[in-house]
Amino acid sequence: MSARLTRDNVAKVADLARLDLTEADLDRYTEQLSAVLDHAEDVASLDLDGVPPTSHPLPLVNVLRADVVVEGVDREEVLSQAPSVEDRRFRVPAILGEEP
Amino acid sequence: MTLTHEPIEGEHFIVASESTGDEWEIVVGLEVHCELATVTKLFCGCPNMFGDEPNTNVCPVCLGLPGSLPVLNENVVELAMRLGRALQCSVEPSVFARKNYFYPDMPKDYQVTQFDRPINVDGWLDLPDGTRVGIERAHIEEDTGKNSHAGGSGRIHGADYSLVDYNRAGVPLVEIVGRPHIRHPEQAKTYIDELRAILLTTGASDAKMEEGSLRVDANVSVRRVGDTELGTRCEVKNLNSLRSLGRAIEYEARRQVDLLESGERIKQETRHWDEGAGRTRAGRSKEEAEDYRYFQEPDLVPLVPSAEWIAAIDAAMPPLPAARREALAVASGLAVTESGVVIAVQRDLDQLALATIAAGGDGRRVLTHVEHNLSGEGSAGLDPATFAQLVGLELGGQLTATQVKTVLAEMLVSGRAPDVIAAELGFEAMDSSELEGVVDGLIAESPEEWSDFCTGDDKKRAKLQGFFTGKIMKATKGQADGKAVAVLLESRRVESL
Repeated sequence: MSARLTRDNVAKVADLARLDLTEADLDRYTEQLSAVLDHAEDVASLDLDGVPPTSHPLPLVNVLRADVVVEGVDREEVLSQAPSVEDRRFRVPAILGEEP
Repeated sequence: MTLTHEPIEGEHFIVASESTGDEWEIVVGLEVHCELATVTKLFCGCPNMFGDEPNTNVCPVCLGLPGSLPVLNENVVELAMRLGRALQCSVEPSVFARKNYFYPDMPKDYQVTQFDRPINVDGWLDLPDGTRVGIERAHIEEDTGKNSHAGGSGRIHGADYSLVDYNRAGVPLVEIVGRPHIRHPEQAKTYIDELRAILLTTGASDAKMEEGSLRVDANVSVRRVGDTELGTRCEVKNLNSLRSLGRAIEYEARRQVDLLESGERIKQETRHWDEGAGRTRAGRSKEEAEDYRYFQEPDLVPLVPSAEWIAAIDAAMPPLPAARREALAVASGLAVTESGVVIAVQRDLDQLALATIAAGGDGRRVLTHVEHNLSGEGSAGLDPATFAQLVGLELGGQLTATQVKTVLAEMLVSGRAPDVIAAELGFEAMDSSELEGVVDGLIAESPEEWSDFCTGDDKKRAKLQGFFTGKIMKATKGQADGKAVAVLLESRRVESL
């Protein structure tokens, strides 16, 4: 197991992503994610002075659209896909209860 | 704790502790979110419209449906750069990032923003009092949907569930991060006023605090006067008006001074302003920056505005408030910091004032009327030549200050010439012997007050001066000139001693 990624790191990231992982999952993902980081380490071992990080594989900048209205989706259709609706709004569980 | 408006060492304002008498300095940096005045949202063609029926301005992009892709609105870039250049920022190549968090106001579970490479960096805003407030950055990001909390108490705490309207999700924002250069609650309010004027001048935003298109968070800390290190700050949210902003800063500074003087430490946290209770309360603990797990938004390419585009924005830049104050100061002979100059620009009456001065109106008098007798609306149509004529009549002593005010109000309604209106109203300057007769008569009517006026201390005399002036104005139906009355009262007083 890689030293740079601990089981606690994985547990924390899972918590931030609201993933409920079992103990077995945590072991497995720690191992798999460590392998990914090891691969990234191979790249980092190269001499990369003066090479800017690549943000996008295509040599494109300034992809823009005109400020013109395009028809969206009908509200009834949108709300028909929601698990719960009230007063033409999406009804969702209270979130702030989770906060410390 | 007392707040003093008296600056010490130039531009610093202090809080004096009641218990120890120690002097503390308030340090404030403001973060302002403003919605850009575009037709459509940041990354999709849904209308950017306040107050529409819930969930009517939505599409796969702003609802975060799988497979949808964002495309940047050109007008957002234009308006963001206009604002940035007006704030003296340099426009840099920028990239978008995802800020990941779980909250139902963003259906994607991340907000697209600019993180380590914002579009506008390193500018400043000059306040009318001469203070220069640094601008760290002004970057583009998307607004969130609107949650309303239902059930339980109906407030955030104790709500059973939330209802979400995504009309606002994806509306373009610019977040303007100011440096901690503000030293007083009033200065914070002035900063927002000035920023709002720039937002309106550049057309970047309608900047309405009451509709939420301009939102202010205040980072507040305190330090002992003379210290150079910044204290630990708290971020105060839920500031819905300029009044709340000023009150919250003052409250928060007092709270921090009290804590520090009792030997406690300030905990860096987000606090919510409670307008009704007049206090701040601890909110959710601030997540660490890395908890948002920012990374570059792979669906958007870098934004690199051309030098030509930036030059075109600079060339089309309308005169900004600071430059307008400067022009008016030069024309009127007043300082840029004088309230008449500041208010004329604030009310958008500086062009009228300049034209009136050019038509021969005395600068100070013109700006006095702009400040006290003209509001922004309905005054712009005033004819500079007749306005100058009115000021001339006042300066020449043909009309008193009270009469001028009445004539000016009539000019705004009818647009007629001031001498015609004055003649109709029977306004003629009283000749001095007539005034003397009135004054002497009133002195004879109130011998006790007169005696007290002649021999009393300054306070008593000031009070009785008001007493006599009021009676004289009443007796002359406002036709007496205030200055002439004051001179006459003083000479009679000296004579009777």
